[in-house]
Amino acid sequence: MAKVTFSVDLCKGCGLCVGACPKHLLVIARDKINQKGHSPAEITDQAACIGCAFCATMCPDCVITVEK
Amino acid sequence: MTVFEKPKSLTDAPLHYCPGCTHGIIHRLVAEAIDELGIEGKCIGVAPVGCAVMAYDYFACDMVEAAHGRAPAVATGLKRAMPENIIFTYQGDGDLASIGMAETVHAATRNENITVIFVNNAIYGMTGGQMAPTSLPGQVTQTSPYGRDVKTVGYPIRVCEMLAALDGPAYIERVAVNNVKHVKAAKKAIKRAFENQVQGKGFSLIEVVSSCPTNWGMTPEKALAWVEEKMIPYYPLGVYKDKDKEVEA
Repeated sequence: MAKVTFSVDLCKGCGLCVGACPKHLLVIARDKINQKGHSPAEITDQAACIGCAFCATMCPDCVITVEK
Repeated sequence: MTVFEKPKSLTDAPLHYCPGCTHGIIHRLVAEAIDELGIEGKCIGVAPVGCAVMAYDYFACDMVEAAHGRAPAVATGLKRAMPENIIFTYQGDGDLASIGMAETVHAATRNENITVIFVNNAIYGMTGGQMAPTSLPGQVTQTSPYGRDVKTVGYPIRVCEMLAALDGPAYIERVAVNNVKHVKAAKKAIKRAFENQVQGKGFSLIEVVSSCPTNWGMTPEKALAWVEEKMIPYYPLGVYKDKDKEVEA
């Protein structure tokens, strides 16, 4: 099963990963705040992830690690 | 199995770039190319003046900071003094296409065996969004509040087309990083530019059409859409010069 992990405190909440996910699984967690003061990206349904790594490809800050 | 992780040629320093700035993607692509070619031990980068001025903190290889626009001249010196090392420059449009135009054109026409990564976001990012040589006609910036008027300030410079007219350079390509497909193509191009240097083919320049959400006044996603709608039609992607193909033809 594919697994994505976020280095939450590096995330700037830009949302480029959200737009890149073909399964629309990513959201910006507006109710959370990280060390930098941004609302970070997170995955809504880990089980539905196909491990394409499109999110990580578009992430400017190397926040996302993808395992399959 | 890990499908995607941070390349080893990037340090753990958090990038200072604005949210959604594509500099981060381009840094990563350069680092991935260095990792894949196994040249991290002999790679030396030349950082520009501009938003990427602190690139020396982010690449895990040796780095030199050049005066504004002079990165190709510094790289020329490094390469000639240490021909075994792999030298790349990482420059923005205000650096390469404006104050550093002379150095760029002359390094290209001498076919110096260096790799140039040219990031074109059509604006001066670090200084707060002034008009750059690559700003599009009609583009609103801090210094062109009514849009770039080509009658008074001239037309944007298409660097790839201009350099491709020279006999010197070995490889010139323009890529973009506004979607996954383009990022993958950009990675291939950047790797090719480093390979060319390893094989001693000469001057390779990769122009990366990128975005500046902060100074364009857009969200990061809208900025990427603007790249597709406005930037790419003016700056068409593709290979502009490839000496390998010329030999075959």
